[in-house]
Amino acid sequence: MELEKIDKIIEKYSSDSSSLTSILSEIQAEYSFLPQDVLKRVAEKLEIPMTQLFGVVNFYKIFKLEPSGKYIIRVCLGTACHVKGAHGILEEFERKLKIRVGETTKDLAFTLEKVNCLGCCSLGPVAMVNDDHCGQMNAVKVNSLLKRLSSSGKY
Amino acid sequence: MKKIKNREDLERVRKRIVKKSDPNKPCITISSGTCCRAYGCQKVTKAFITEIEKQEIRDKVEVKTTGCLGFCERGPIVVIYPKGIYYQRVTIEDVSEIVTETILNGKIIDRLLYIDPVSGKKFVNGEEISFYKKQMRVLLKNNWLIDPNKIEDYIINGGYTALSNALFKMTPEQIIDTIKRSGLRGRGGAGFPTGVKWENCRRANGDLKFIVCNADEGDPGAYMDRCILEGNPHSIIEGMIIGAYAIGSHEGYIYVRHEYPLAVKNLKIALNQAREYGLLGNNILNSGFDFDIKISIGGGVFVCGESTALIASIEGKIGEPRAKYIHTVEKGLWNKPTNLNNVETWANIPIIINKGSKWFSAIGTEKSKGTKIFSLVGKINNSGLVEVPMGITLKEIVYEIGGGVLNGKKFKAIQTGGPSGGCIPEKLLDLPVDFEKLKETGSMMGSGGMIVIDEETCVVDLAKYFLNFILDESCGKCIPCREGTGRLSEIVERITSGKAKIEDLKLLEELSHVVKDFSLCGLGQTAPNPVLSTINYFRDEWETHIKNKTCPALVCKELIQYYVDNGKCNGCGVCKNLCPQKAILGELKNPHSIVQDRCISCGICHENCKDNAIILSSPRGKN
Repeated sequence: MELEKIDKIIEKYSSDSSSLTSILSEIQAEYSFLPQDVLKRVAEKLEIPMTQLFGVVNFYKIFKLEPSGKYIIRVCLGTACHVKGAHGILEEFERKLKIRVGETTKDLAFTLEKVNCLGCCSLGPVAMVNDDHCGQMNAVKVNSLLKRLSSSGKY
Repeated sequence: MKKIKNREDLERVRKRIVKKSDPNKPCITISSGTCCRAYGCQKVTKAFITEIEKQEIRDKVEVKTTGCLGFCERGPIVVIYPKGIYYQRVTIEDVSEIVTETILNGKIIDRLLYIDPVSGKKFVNGEEISFYKKQMRVLLKNNWLIDPNKIEDYIINGGYTALSNALFKMTPEQIIDTIKRSGLRGRGGAGFPTGVKWENCRRANGDLKFIVCNADEGDPGAYMDRCILEGNPHSIIEGMIIGAYAIGSHEGYIYVRHEYPLAVKNLKIALNQAREYGLLGNNILNSGFDFDIKISIGGGVFVCGESTALIASIEGKIGEPRAKYIHTVEKGLWNKPTNLNNVETWANIPIIINKGSKWFSAIGTEKSKGTKIFSLVGKINNSGLVEVPMGITLKEIVYEIGGGVLNGKKFKAIQTGGPSGGCIPEKLLDLPVDFEKLKETGSMMGSGGMIVIDEETCVVDLAKYFLNFILDESCGKCIPCREGTGRLSEIVERITSGKAKIEDLKLLEELSHVVKDFSLCGLGQTAPNPVLSTINYFRDEWETHIKNKTCPALVCKELIQYYVDNGKCNGCGVCKNLCPQKAILGELKNPHSIVQDRCISCGICHENCKDNAIILSSPRGKN
């Protein structure tokens, strides 16, 4: 791990704890997750106990302690999506990817997440693949989406 | 861009922009909010630019991307000015025809117009469509006209006039008085009078004070703040500068959720442009007043929408709420006096300063003034964002603006207030919408989500959904919320799986009141509302789940069963291929059947059967 790179990110911000989430976000954008030795470095540099740092990382859902897949699929479980069958969409993704929500496939192709509202309620049920929204989802669309994204044809 | 030096300079800049623009020049605007992006509006925009270059008419027509126009159901929406021709569901295939026929030949393309499903009438102008006609779009009006990435568009439409008037013609006390007289109440949900909050913060001891905009719109089913953030960010910034001047603050924060990447992007651009123009930063318009705004990105946690949790989160701490007896206006961010308002509240400020408190307070009911944006979604024909005057009835919203329930199904209830709210049944549809009236029904205004549910939605399942939502999002600091919602969820789970006794319903109500009365923050205090309101209005449905082990709406998986109607099944095999459990057997062209032991009630067969041959029944075990 290139700790110099981490130091540079930290230096951009003020050295008190208020910048903690911003620093962690930027590091995660770089590595896709927060490796343990990186967290140690952040704790050292900001002079905060590792327990406090770990508390923050665990509390906020955006932070990840394990690497994510190439495609992060986020299924919206907002109310409008729920009444239009969003849970069925999530279950179909789980079945096809053979992982549970929150997990990543072994080949690091897909990470499956749930999100409590993506704020495009008219399109429900909605799923998001990385930065793209897919509206009016159904089981058939789940299959065609995964086929399109999966280079190995495994899913 | 040169900095705007003073009040007169702002007017000079405005005149210069007006002079440059020709109101008669055709302008193609493409709605480009998040929803429309999902429908492919960016490709449509590109296609317009390419087509215009191809036809070599770059000087004759302008292309503009705007924020959300509200009628999300019909995106991407293209409006052509100066006539205001409203085309909906536009695809790249329509682009060349629009340019040739409408722009060059002045003809209207019939097939792209909106047709009213009830009257069959076609509308050329968007304003005339029933979805828009009953609305009173004060805050959302400019979303139609403004490219959110161009401060000039905001200025040409009167932007920053309110700021200029506030800084040079009003004292901070006069501004606070205007806001108080307008009767504006916080749009985040609780409805606290904004002017009073400002006054308290101004009076609080200390030189260092903060202004915060709560853009952590976490309520599921509500997205009006996203629409303003994306489509008209300068209205929020202008409101915040005015608020800061009135309160005596020089530093502001916008706490925006990371789930809204486009909102974050547009906000950053808007803040930079405002700084370049000298509308943010030191000595704004040479008034001697300094103020700047930072963006803080949320971490995907619902409870951070609660004011004290949000403040902890900006400080880089775990976003846990604290007891409310210490007011944030006295001790908020870093223990300094802090004034926190919601996005929609801030966006209302420039309007009130421009039009006056009398104009504003003339709209609405006795205690709820102005307009409110609702996201009308769920099982409704015209889904999207609607801005209506307070006091409009739910019936008008659902039937006149919303066009009634989707697929001609029967209306069951309207859910407002997100996980803190409740379900309002059909018998209360004549209710005028305001803070007090919604509270009386056992629901609440909340941030403005309105989810219509029909006969195919189970209220017990919906209550379970909200409980699980809260259980998931409870920060765990106080026991009633952390443990109480867990036990509530377990009881409801027993009910939806046919394992409950009738006494459980009483226990559920009792425990709901405990959680309500003893939780630390608003999240826990309102968490049982969906349960209590549905028991209040739909007790029969709860009891049927328990006594008959039946889900009348055919939703609760453990109480329903799928089977094949032999008379309707033509043996096409679609369901057999799609069934994840391989639970459907049968030869091609012969009626199929479902092996009940293998069936997990996922409903994929039912959803995909073109002949409606998959039937649902409840209770289980009948067939």
